[in-house]
Amino acid sequence: MLKSKTFVKKTRSGGVMKIVREHYLRDDIWCGSEVCVECKDETPVLQKDACIESNLCTFPHYLIPDTNVVIQQIDILEDPLIRNVIILQTVLQEVRHRSAPIYKRIKDAIHDKEKHFYTFTNEHHRETFIEREQGESANDRNDRAIRVAAKWYSEHLSKAPDAGDLKVVLLTNDRDNKEKAEKSGLIVYKCEEYVKSLIANPELVDRLALTSDEQNEITGSRVVFPEHLPLSKIQAGIKSGTFLQGTFHANRDNYLEAKVYVHGEGDESTEVLVQGLLNLNRAVHQDVVAVELLPRENWVAPSSVVLIDDAQNDEDAEEEEAEKKVRKALDSKPAQGSTLKPTGRVVGIIKRNWRPFCGMLLQSHIKESTRHLFTPADRRIPRIRIETRQASTLEGQRIMVAIDGWPKNSRYPNGHFVKSLGSAGDKETETEVLLLEHDVPHLPFSQAVLSFLPKMPWSITEEDLKVRADLRHLTVCSVDPPGCTDIDDALHCRELENGNLEVGVHIADVSHFIRPGNALDQEAASRGTTVYLCGKRIDMVPELLSSNLCSLRSNVERLAFSCIWEMNQNAEIISTRFTKSVINSKASLTYAEAQMRIDDTSMNDDITKSLRGLNKLAKILKGRRIEKGALTLSSPEVRFHIDSETHDPIDLQTKELMETNSMVEEFMLLANISVAQKIYEEFSECALLRKHPAPPPSNYDILIKAASSKGLVIYIDSAKALADSLNDAQVEGFPYFNTLLRILATRCMMQAVYFCSGMDSDFQHYGLASPIYTHFTSPIRRYSDIIVHRLLAVAINADSTYPDLMDKHKQAALCNNLNYRHKMAQYAQRASVALHTQLFFKNRGILNEEGFILFVRKNAIIVLIPKFGLEGTVFFENKDKPSPRLSFDEEGPTLTVEDHPFHMFDKVKVTISLDSSNIQHQKIRMALSEPVIPGVSVSMPETEPEAKKPKLDR
Amino acid sequence: MAGVELLSDQGYRLDGRKASELRKVQARMGVFAQADGSAYIEQGNTKALAVVYGPHEVRGSRSRTMHDRAVINCQYSMATFSTAERKRRPHGDRKSSEMSLHLKQTFEAAVLTQLYPRSQIDIYVKILQSDGGNYSACVNAATLALVDAGIPMRDYVCACTAGFVEDTPLADLCHAEESGGGTTLALALLPRSRHIALVQMDARLHQDHLDMLMEAAAEACRGLSKVLDGVVRQHLQEVSVLTRD
Ligand SMILES: [Zn+2]
Repeated sequence: MLKSKTFVKKTRSGGVMKIVREHYLRDDIWCGSEVCVECKDETPVLQKDACIESNLCTFPHYLIPDTNVVIQQIDILEDPLIRNVIILQTVLQEVRHRSAPIYKRIKDAIHDKEKHFYTFTNEHHRETFIEREQGESANDRNDRAIRVAAKWYSEHLSKAPDAGDLKVVLLTNDRDNKEKAEKSGLIVYKCEEYVKSLIANPELVDRLALTSDEQNEITGSRVVFPEHLPLSKIQAGIKSGTFLQGTFHANRDNYLEAKVYVHGEGDESTEVLVQGLLNLNRAVHQDVVAVELLPRENWVAPSSVVLIDDAQNDEDAEEEEAEKKVRKALDSKPAQGSTLKPTGRVVGIIKRNWRPFCGMLLQSHIKESTRHLFTPADRRIPRIRIETRQASTLEGQRIMVAIDGWPKNSRYPNGHFVKSLGSAGDKETETEVLLLEHDVPHLPFSQAVLSFLPKMPWSITEEDLKVRADLRHLTVCSVDPPGCTDIDDALHCRELENGNLEVGVHIADVSHFIRPGNALDQEAASRGTTVYLCGKRIDMVPELLSSNLCSLRSNVERLAFSCIWEMNQNAEIISTRFTKSVINSKASLTYAEAQMRIDDTSMNDDITKSLRGLNKLAKILKGRRIEKGALTLSSPEVRFHIDSETHDPIDLQTKELMETNSMVEEFMLLANISVAQKIYEEFSECALLRKHPAPPPSNYDILIKAASSKGLVIYIDSAKALADSLNDAQVEGFPYFNTLLRILATRCMMQAVYFCSGMDSDFQHYGLASPIYTHFTSPIRRYSDIIVHRLLAVAINADSTYPDLMDKHKQAALCNNLNYRHKMAQYAQRASVALHTQLFFKNRGILNEEGFILFVRKNAIIVLIPKFGLEGTVFFENKDKPSPRLSFDEEGPTLTVEDHPFHMFDKVKVTISLDSSNIQHQKIRMALSEPVIPGVSVSMPETEPEAKKPKLDR
Repeated sequence: MAGVELLSDQGYRLDGRKASELRKVQARMGVFAQADGSAYIEQGNTKALAVVYGPHEVRGSRSRTMHDRAVINCQYSMATFSTAERKRRPHGDRKSSEMSLHLKQTFEAAVLTQLYPRSQIDIYVKILQSDGGNYSACVNAATLALVDAGIPMRDYVCACTAGFVEDTPLADLCHAEESGGGTTLALALLPRSRHIALVQMDARLHQDHLDMLMEAAAEACRGLSKVLDGVVRQHLQEVSVLTRD
């Protein structure tokens, strides 16, 4: 019951408020050590035999890091070598207050059983609690609390009978703190000293973050940035309107330019342009910064120059070079009054958003130097100066580096090496890089997650059959792309006695296996989606579920969630029924196989009849949907034929669509819409839905211009009008024109997003022309569908609810994560296609291909090669030789090179090759070969050896 | 990271208590000589004073008279200096009237009113310092005051709050925990019979969590009843020592 404790009042004054809080001190907080007999701790965390081999500490010891050591050297603490660490509550609270990401990382380390990290609640321990003394700053008080706790530990442990030489070692980088600790008889080291003394892993030294006083020593450069304002001044400035707060977006193509997106009231946001190294003032992409607007006469226009920071490593020369560039960039601005943008300078950083960056090391020219520049893969991130002894081994490797700080007299931020990912250009390494850069969680599933998987051998029980509809007798089959192992959906169709048709969509019952709130569920929720890369799949749920128990494979009994309609021959829904079920799929078909069955009039088995019925209904449904204004857009999609041994791409093909593709799609759409209606009807506040907002009319400008260049008119008043005018947009003798137009239309669209019905009022799905929509049909690879399954299961009384499911705020937060993961998955996918395209072209020399101009720019044209679905830029400006005469007409838009005008949709021929001059940023280079413009176009070697010719013609 | 961490991974709350631990309770009975009964209680930093008059003849309007039992009249108020922010609190604002009503309902369920037909019992409670759980402190103080006045009751009425953080119910919330955004439930219990005199919850709570929360609050009330019982026995002992001579 109530343990009577001495209690001390703590007063916290802020403003005029005086807050009195109780603070209980306890005597039942254990030290957590195995050697201790005094404490009654049942599961001590700290090992008796705490050995980290070190020159300095030859005895077994526990480490006690102070707050700054945890924040700055978290990479060190995370190393498997470092174990038996005592994290004091004081430290943990300070870390929590100062850095959320590091707080999460240290907590993960504490939860890791292998690490033996112990949290000691010293602030509530009777013997280690201290009160702040008169005149003592909060920081000093915390430092003292850390020393007191360390002292308590060393005395407490010495009382244990078989402690032996066991001691505690305090780690701090603060000189003052260190002195005081030494005075009180503690063993104390600077983090750096200690790490350098470790015998087992000398490489750990590279991961030491540079602390601020060291940073000042190593920079001798001439760039001096303006001081950042303290947070209090920034806040006052934002309040008074002198400063604006926004997110910093570095320009990918010009390292001396950035935009700050100012978060305005509501949806409104404005952009502030920032130019020049000093104005950028050490802000890094994605930081939240405060900017001050410059007077109107100093406003500039965004530069169209491409500037890449590729200076040499030699510090001095580099600075000069950089300065020259700054000047040049700023001078070369055209003074066009109309295009001037609000321009400002960064005055302070509100929140850094640094993460570990992937990239490559640029070795110093000085051989013995341990200081090197690191070039991140993401061009929006500045280069980072790191210290390492392994430079020669790291050459040509992709590595990860974390930023530690950016002193004001340093041209580059300082950082430290985190880990190596493998050699650059290597497919595995590059894939790892693109996963990391797109924040795709791809580590193997943890033991905790796997422990929630069903035990094998698994089979359907009597219990399951009792509560589910037994649909095993139905002729259900699945239709998927070839090689698909995670089969989400299966279909059936049969004629009823009354002449109507019964159509069923059966979806894998993933929510039966993934129960709310457990580790498996949390992991799936965090991953959000399965990510499909070329030749690689990063699962959202462990393989046992994705490819086996949930996958609706043929001739095995599987649990499903079924949506069954009764329809008349005209595809009008007469009734809808949802039920959990047991099915036994009769066949897993590919789109092509299904198509063959439908077309082959000699086949008349149940499966084929079912498919024909489905196909017939699908056509009616699709017709009706298009009638309502659903858009059929297209984007060039490519697939790679991957060599089964080397996993290198050997051939690529554009995806072709068959009738059966759209047959399956049509029923999935119908099921999604039916489910969306049902869950919204039942849970108007917390239904998880998906919407696709109509784009603002200005998005269509480019499309309208493009069409009018061919004498066509595109109407954009409604989805229906757009769809109709796209259908009518045909140019005689140019069949591919319509596809090009649809590709352009796709670029005008908005992103479709998940949202919680209680938090939004606009549900419209523009692209599908449906007033309501959700995702129900792919729970194996999308977490949204799992939530929708759970909601639907509650709605039909097939499962119980749980609190978070009914909490609209939690659900909105989940939607945010899902939207983020989907977007990132999409980017990663594109990056993977680009990587494989490069690998494909690597060994193929130079190709000459036909393409169409998709966009016309000031100094370039963007060409689409339909054969490869490949898009590339043909530049007309050269670095090393004089550029041709260029004139750009915005109205056309037309670019005239010498005397040849280029319009959108013109047919051209280009040569394609791989440019590996920059190993980190290999890219596809395109050059014009037809039309022939002297001095601009390149000639294609006609006589190419036959053997080298790729076998692309199928 | 926004807000404060109400429950640490090690299972300690902001003030160092574990999830089911109560705050320190100190109480005295018979603090005012002129009243029929009085008591002062401290539950952590929440301090309340209760005074009981009666049973006596019904004052004021006669129409309120019940011919089969006593009328209980409760008045709740908060001292101007009771919170961090100093506020003038007019008498009979909505919050205090509501609280008065809740107290009335609570004690109508506990006091054996049928023993005193046509009479009235007045209970006045004042919060001197507020740090969460005002209602429970008032109920507990009033119980002691009623005992002091010698008014027969079915049992002690013990009240306590419980709240929810992540998936753990916390007993006896302090102000910081109450304003932490979670759901707070206040329960007044007759511990021996386990009858509920009053239960109150303002925010939404998922049904699955209700039982757990109720159990936590009930457990806390039973804990409190032991403390209150101890206070009463102690008081009796002191009084009997004084009256012996
Ligand atoms: Zn101990």
